[in-house]
Amino acid sequence: MIKMTKYSMYTKMIWNALLRRRSRMLIALLAVAIGATVVSGLVTIYYDVPRQMGREFRSYGANLLLTPAGDQQVMAQNLVANATALLPSDKLIGIAPYLYDRIKLNEQPFLVAGTHFQAVKKVSPYWQIRGEWPADQSEDIVIGAEVAERLEIEPGQQVTLAAAGSETEKKVKVAGILRTGGSEENFIFLDLSLLQQMLKKEGVISIAQVSITANEAELNTLTQQIGEQVPGVAPRLVKQVTQSEQTVLGKLQALVYLVTIVVLLLTLICVATTMMAVVTERRKEIGLKKALGAENRSIILEFLGEGLALGALGGLLGTILGFFFAQAVSVNVFGRMISFQPLIALLALVVSIAVTGLACLIPVKIATEVEPAIVLRGE
Amino acid sequence: MSLLELHDVSMVYGSVKALQGIDLTVEKGEWLALMGPSGSGKTTLMNIIGCMDKASTGSIVLDGVDFTDVTAGNLTMLRRDKIGLVFQQFHLIPYLTAVENLMVAQYYHSMPDEQEALLALERVGLKERARHLPSQLSGGEQQRVCIARALINYPMLILADEPTGNLDEANAKIVLEFFQQLHREGHTIIMVTHDPKVAELAERCIVLEHGRIANWKDRRVVCREEEVS
Repeated sequence: MIKMTKYSMYTKMIWNALLRRRSRMLIALLAVAIGATVVSGLVTIYYDVPRQMGREFRSYGANLLLTPAGDQQVMAQNLVANATALLPSDKLIGIAPYLYDRIKLNEQPFLVAGTHFQAVKKVSPYWQIRGEWPADQSEDIVIGAEVAERLEIEPGQQVTLAAAGSETEKKVKVAGILRTGGSEENFIFLDLSLLQQMLKKEGVISIAQVSITANEAELNTLTQQIGEQVPGVAPRLVKQVTQSEQTVLGKLQALVYLVTIVVLLLTLICVATTMMAVVTERRKEIGLKKALGAENRSIILEFLGEGLALGALGGLLGTILGFFFAQAVSVNVFGRMISFQPLIALLALVVSIAVTGLACLIPVKIATEVEPAIVLRGE
Repeated sequence: MSLLELHDVSMVYGSVKALQGIDLTVEKGEWLALMGPSGSGKTTLMNIIGCMDKASTGSIVLDGVDFTDVTAGNLTMLRRDKIGLVFQQFHLIPYLTAVENLMVAQYYHSMPDEQEALLALERVGLKERARHLPSQLSGGEQQRVCIARALINYPMLILADEPTGNLDEANAKIVLEFFQQLHREGHTIIMVTHDPKVAELAERCIVLEHGRIANWKDRRVVCREEEVS
């Protein structure tokens, strides 16, 4: 124990300066911790916004279509399964297959679409049904609001369906009436298997609508993979949706980025001001150290050491608080939990240390200008 | 060779002449008292001798080293190696214990040695108070820590700025006994004081007025004269 290294004495001086001057250092620590909390929280949100908003955007409908390749009007249903296997399951919201054709409803021709209603609920959550959603593989149907208006049909009513060119009729119940504000209101929707059976088009579909949380670049990659690995399927992006998503996300991220920069600057000013006050109130101590023979280098190292230790402690505290801050924002705004990102925590810690170090530069410069003579002058 | 030689030293702050033409020689092992009213230039002179300020003109030689024109860095080195400082207001670092305050001086000088620092505190009768913060020590104890710190790096010259100025009579007595002991051991001491009784303990006393040496008294000469008569 007897002979202590210079390094351990240095560490002892730094820690004692921090721990035994709690009230002043607590203010500096809080300044760093609050900055680190906001930065860590915002950076977490910055990286989580695409994921969170991506899910929100999925309520606006499919962003990827699987269509028959070439001039084909239909494609085998199992091809969709092959294409689905290439999609990341954790990002996939749903796939709704559709078979389009014409059909007679109460002896009048209409456009018809066979689909899986449970999948439609996921892919097109904006569909508003007056009445009820039909169960999958039931014979109940949904009709568009335009069709219902024209034929004056209400939910629960029995109607007669007949495939074009077929004498076979089928009596089914209208479970619900669909409103979307779009072309879907002119359609009749029934279970895919039922329609395939009625049209004698078993195992084929016209299109599959895919809803997936991915950005434009990821979607482009997926499209290319499906195009290359699943012949017979031509994947297409719904440009309108993907590009709007990118624009909104870009603006949101730019906003968060800007706020992060402002908070960093404020933290910088706050820490610099606190350190400046620390230097001012310790002028005599600095003078004394110089009178005892401390070189400017030693004074710089001590104040930087204190600043960096504050940055590390405040950064650590802020990183933990920042996660809870981001969690609270995510739960309240997006209604979902976020996961802890070790890289963001590390980044927040490094940024806190760097910002505190930077904020210490001017006060440290001032500290070196203190003259040792002040200890004798009694200033 | 004298330990300290000042020749025609002057110090000017703007239009104020703080010191004018000071000639002074201090021998090794001598105890010199420096007296004078406020603003007479005592502190300025102490700062110059203590390598904390540079004189405007004149030459200063300490232990054979002329530091009239040395750089600030060299002045720091000289101060660290050759000077021990005792302050009226003690100037202990408030967040370090008594022993740590001594180790700081070792740290800037060479290498901290806790055992040696504890021995130095034992010498001033404060071994039991080694782990106490300055706020937990009395004024007299703080001053003794300050003296121990001044001695820890074996300086050639001890500069004491009114070391008993903030102490009660009992503590002042203890501190002055330490200085007498140091003097007997051969340390060279320059002490600023307002108290004639304290000045009488020194071998020589210089009185400054308006930045000049106005009067001096050499107790050794007086003693020799008394012996002759």
